[in-house]
Amino acid sequence: MSVGELEKERESKPAGMGPVGWLRWSWRTLTSMKTALILLFLFALASVPGSLVPQRSVEPDQVARFYQDDPGLAEWYDRFQLFDVFTSVWFAAIYLLLFTSLIGCIIPRTTTYLRELRRKPPAAPRNLTRLPHSAAFDGALTADEAARRLRKLRFRVETGDGWVAAEKGYLRETGNLLFHISLLGVLVAVGFGSLYGYRGNVLIAEGDGFANTVATYDRFIPGPQVSAESLEPFSFDLTDFRATYQVEGEKRGQELDYSAYLKVTDTPGAAPRDYELKVNEPLEVDGTQTYLIGHGYAPVFRVTDGKGQVAFEGAVPCLIADKPTLTSECVVKVPDAQPSPLGFLMRFLPTSVPLTDGSYASAFPGAIQPGVEVLGAFSGDLGMGSGEPRSVYELAPPELMKKLKPLVMGKDVPKPLAPGESIDLPGGAGKLEFVEVKEWMTLQIAYDPGRLPALLAASMATISIVFSLVIRRRRVWVRVKDGSVEVGGLTRTEGSAAGFAEEFDDIVKVLAAGDKDER
Amino acid sequence: MSAEPLAELSDLFVVAAVLLYLFAMVGFALELAFGRARVDASAKGRARTPVTVGGGPASAPDAPPADTPVAETPRFAVLGGLAGLVLAWIGWAANLGAIVTRGLAVDRWPWGNMYEFVVAICFAAVTAFLGTQLRNNIRFLGGFVMVAAALGLGLAVKVFYTSAGPVVPALNSYWIAIHVSAAILATGLFVLAGTSGVLYLVRGDGLSRLPSKADLEKAAHRAIVLAFPLWTFAVIAGALWADRAWGRYWGWDPKEVWSFITWVGYAAYLHARVTAGWRGRAATIVQLVAFLCLLFNLIGVNIFIDGLHSYADV
Ligand code: HEM
Repeated sequence: MSVGELEKERESKPAGMGPVGWLRWSWRTLTSMKTALILLFLFALASVPGSLVPQRSVEPDQVARFYQDDPGLAEWYDRFQLFDVFTSVWFAAIYLLLFTSLIGCIIPRTTTYLRELRRKPPAAPRNLTRLPHSAAFDGALTADEAARRLRKLRFRVETGDGWVAAEKGYLRETGNLLFHISLLGVLVAVGFGSLYGYRGNVLIAEGDGFANTVATYDRFIPGPQVSAESLEPFSFDLTDFRATYQVEGEKRGQELDYSAYLKVTDTPGAAPRDYELKVNEPLEVDGTQTYLIGHGYAPVFRVTDGKGQVAFEGAVPCLIADKPTLTSECVVKVPDAQPSPLGFLMRFLPTSVPLTDGSYASAFPGAIQPGVEVLGAFSGDLGMGSGEPRSVYELAPPELMKKLKPLVMGKDVPKPLAPGESIDLPGGAGKLEFVEVKEWMTLQIAYDPGRLPALLAASMATISIVFSLVIRRRRVWVRVKDGSVEVGGLTRTEGSAAGFAEEFDDIVKVLAAGDKDER
Repeated sequence: MSAEPLAELSDLFVVAAVLLYLFAMVGFALELAFGRARVDASAKGRARTPVTVGGGPASAPDAPPADTPVAETPRFAVLGGLAGLVLAWIGWAANLGAIVTRGLAVDRWPWGNMYEFVVAICFAAVTAFLGTQLRNNIRFLGGFVMVAAALGLGLAVKVFYTSAGPVVPALNSYWIAIHVSAAILATGLFVLAGTSGVLYLVRGDGLSRLPSKADLEKAAHRAIVLAFPLWTFAVIAGALWADRAWGRYWGWDPKEVWSFITWVGYAAYLHARVTAGWRGRAATIVQLVAFLCLLFNLIGVNIFIDGLHSYADV
């Protein structure tokens, strides 16, 4: 169907009419090409703030910082859902309108298309020389013979008294309709996935394990239709983690590769299997994917309290402060230490080297010469009994921080501790020992039942858009009379007249070839 | 050969390509400047193609329309155009050489950072031009494509240069071959379309030495018709890769947002071309806006906005 026809059909004005008329007029306007075009622009425009303003779903910490820096503006941004552009009401409004418009466009075009599929090519116009492409020659071609030759060129052919009408290129419209339908398919698949899927993050240190239950996640984002029982019951242990880095040259210290060695139990009671988890190679257990996202160091500390009891022992994941050298910051909280809780602030240096000014820094991200700098040791209430959730990366809330009693300050420990070394706290308050180095990894675990349907729909869109864009819809008519033959041609596709000119020449040649190739 | 001399050879190839493109541009410019002026054969009036059967080649696609003033193009100008074409091919080979030697030097796909990416896009743009030229005469675009490619390579060398080396683990995947290659190819074609689009807007109506609006529009449309499915594919391949690497196929990361905007922009162009009242100038503007989004995605997002993709270091 030509778009021109469509446009004409739809340009009718709302002339004095009741509610039904208004409805019909609104529907027509909504489903017109021009509206679709404008909605497309709006759709693109509406996504722009999503890349300029930090998004909650992508960078929650950036959003938090925004709130700190400019609470007033953040408030306003939030009012317009600018931190959640892609789940905002106005973004949804635009794409729902666009897709309504799309449906409103697909349905009538599909019915027209089906009708056209069954329709015969229209009879030849009176004057073929008026057509954009035309030719005439003398020859003894009959209408039946012309029809046969056109059929051989895979045209759909209709003959009449002394004329032949032929048409081909229906796949263009097929492709175009399939393309638009596939876009709807993508939307539906993505929606389905976000309803029935979930996503979660977890941090695991070497030697620790994970079982896929809601409680084990550090952060869990379920879709509205996900229940705790629907999680796939697999589990695994992290037996070893290895990272390698570029040792020489300008890119010294750049990560080359890293792997997590897992022992995976697919279902409770099943025999564990080994799996090497790498960046581009997620672990899949029955549709649930486990991805390796990041890694860092988790030095193991042992804290002995004033009474000589081991009050803490374990791997402490440290936050990366400097990515190229993996210099990390560690917090150890020992609420059970007697007589008073203890807390430590430390810095972990994977490859600790002395600088000329007497301080230490990490020279390389690999743990070649690991060292722990003790920045401070404190005793007093860490605020952990209050039941409120506390960040594990923060020693105590600011108001309690001021009340803590410093036992050791940075200058008291001139040299970083090496594995196996320890410091004694003054006044018999206890002892801190740096036992060994472990590594942690962060994982994302995701289940998205919409991903395969989305892929299928998107692939179909790609294939069908090729048909829609490359195939040309064209008609050819032949009129024979008294030994002279007229041929006319018309392409119904914008912008492909030049390409059709060549094809038309070839068609005419085939028609004019006479009986030469018919032996 | 070991890695270092190969990397140096690659850098030399880039310089050679820049020079060759500039020489080629001079040749194309000669042809355009001393060639016949073209009337703006209105894009709306359908060109009627008279066909004479059995009487030799009926209508060569680049035969002058009957209504063009038939002032002969001087011989040296035609030779200039041909020389431009030959030089462009040699420059293309040098550009290819730069990419291949770089790839051998670093032992991975040579589009892991901005520098390599831009060099590859210039190559793709020249490939798109020369490839189209094999079938349809679009020599009139040659000079402008050469300028764009030379500028691109110059920018790559001066601003984005990164010495040969490994990439971060996330980029070490066969997906880079699929996703980035498709994006590069599509971008090359979009550059061709963008060049025609700018010329379309610059060219006034009436007599001009610049190519006719109909030709420019046709060249742009042909390039976009190829590039749009490729870009669609590149975006989908990117989603597949993101699904492998980051655990979600689409997360509205800034690079994803701008790829999406670019895609919608070109879809809008395709719609504008078939919407009454939007053909010609308006559609061309839409195309150029989409092209700006593409450029912003390529350069701006890497430099100004932090995101998962930004590790393709500048
Ligand atoms: C989700 C948004 C949409 C996208 C991404 C999209 C994309 C496309 C593309 C790429 C084409 C091919 C253009 C060509 O043949 O040169 C096309 C054609 C077309 N689209 Fe859409 N479309 C969308 C929505 C719509 C809507 C809502 C309508 C209905 C009002 C519509 C109506 C058409 C029509 C009539 C054509 C045929 C153009 C032709 O025959 O050449 N599209 N669309």
